[in-house]
Amino acid sequence: MDILKKLTRKSRIKSPWLLHFDCGSCNGCDIEVLACLTPVYDIERFGIINVGNPKHADLLLVTGTVNHRNKKVLVNLAEQMPEPKIVVALGSCGLSGGVFREAYNVIGGVDKIIPVDVYVPGCPPKPEAIIDGVVTGLEKFSKKKDG
Amino acid sequence: MIKGIIMVFIGVFVAPLLGGLIAGVDRRLTAWFQSRYGPPVWQPFFDVIKLFGKERMVVNRWLVFCAHVYITAAMLSVVLFFLQSDLLLILFVQAVGAIFLVIGALSTTSPYSQLGANRELIQILTYEPLIILAFVGIYLVTGSFRISEILVQTKPLLVSLPLLYIALCYALTIKLRKSPFDFSTSHHAHQELVKGFLTEYSGPYLALVEIGHWYEVVLILGLCSLFWATSWIGIIALVGVTYFCEILIDNVTARLTWRWMLGYVWPMGLAMGFVNLIWLHGR
Repeated sequence: MDILKKLTRKSRIKSPWLLHFDCGSCNGCDIEVLACLTPVYDIERFGIINVGNPKHADLLLVTGTVNHRNKKVLVNLAEQMPEPKIVVALGSCGLSGGVFREAYNVIGGVDKIIPVDVYVPGCPPKPEAIIDGVVTGLEKFSKKKDG
Repeated sequence: MIKGIIMVFIGVFVAPLLGGLIAGVDRRLTAWFQSRYGPPVWQPFFDVIKLFGKERMVVNRWLVFCAHVYITAAMLSVVLFFLQSDLLLILFVQAVGAIFLVIGALSTTSPYSQLGANRELIQILTYEPLIILAFVGIYLVTGSFRISEILVQTKPLLVSLPLLYIALCYALTIKLRKSPFDFSTSHHAHQELVKGFLTEYSGPYLALVEIGHWYEVVLILGLCSLFWATSWIGIIALVGVTYFCEILIDNVTARLTWRWMLGYVWPMGLAMGFVNLIWLHGR
């Protein structure tokens, strides 16, 4: 059983499927996320695949501020992802609400709504920083209990 | 008897390993065509092991049942192939699995899943006649549907069935879910509606479907290998070149509509098949 557990852990590190949710971002962070998929950075070499279906995803990448409108969508997406999963908040807005945090319709960072495992600061964060954030998250992902 | 047991063992255990490796090579080659580095060749195995460790999250019990029937049928068809059984039997066992996969997708209420299931049904409708025609051609040349009889041939089937082989390659492209025929679900378009009928399969059940797909890949490449079964070099060369061409076609073509597929594959594939059969008959 120990070998199986080890193998599962290794596989989790080697194959995180990523779901990207734009939670009202200015698209700066989103462009940087998509830049990670291009031949220059090619995150598929780490086994990372950008999936569009929360039911297949392991890793939720959220950019932008959360407001009263889209918090339901965020919760819905997070709930549809099977355990184990990790949530990565991207960019100043995802972390705290950024420059919009005082706005009347803004709730704040992603962690006000769902638990966040990794925070990647920057406005927008560089693709290298995003990859670093995801790789940091993988360590946590592999140690999470089975679903 | 001993030989039979070994063949069953190969069919059950070696075939999925081979299928996974083929899928890994596919991803590596695709990355190469797109001037990327690409994941390691054993990446599909990591994916599947990870999926087995995920939470069991299902919409209804039908989905679970259908995923199991699919993998069982796919496994059985590969085992029958390695036991050198009847080609028609293999085809129908495989078809049962394919249909159950669609039923599973139809049992959910998700519109993506429903749409994908409908498209998959049309894909099945498109490739099944081509495969049957190829089998009829094999029968006309060898006088039998049994693989054991086909393997004793001294002349490669490709010499007398070149057009039917091309028609079978159409079926192969559809079955492998490669562009331009990958609209029921795709291995590459993860961002789109095109995840299709796999939308509701998740976690361990998606892993089962994936392993079932590996079995099917091995089965279809096995069918291709029958066309040059007289020597090992022939088998490896034919299957290798065919698979390489599949990946190349996958990378250079765009995804099209099911109307286009039906309007193109049926006339082209069936015409080539019938011309080949008429030529065989008149010889």
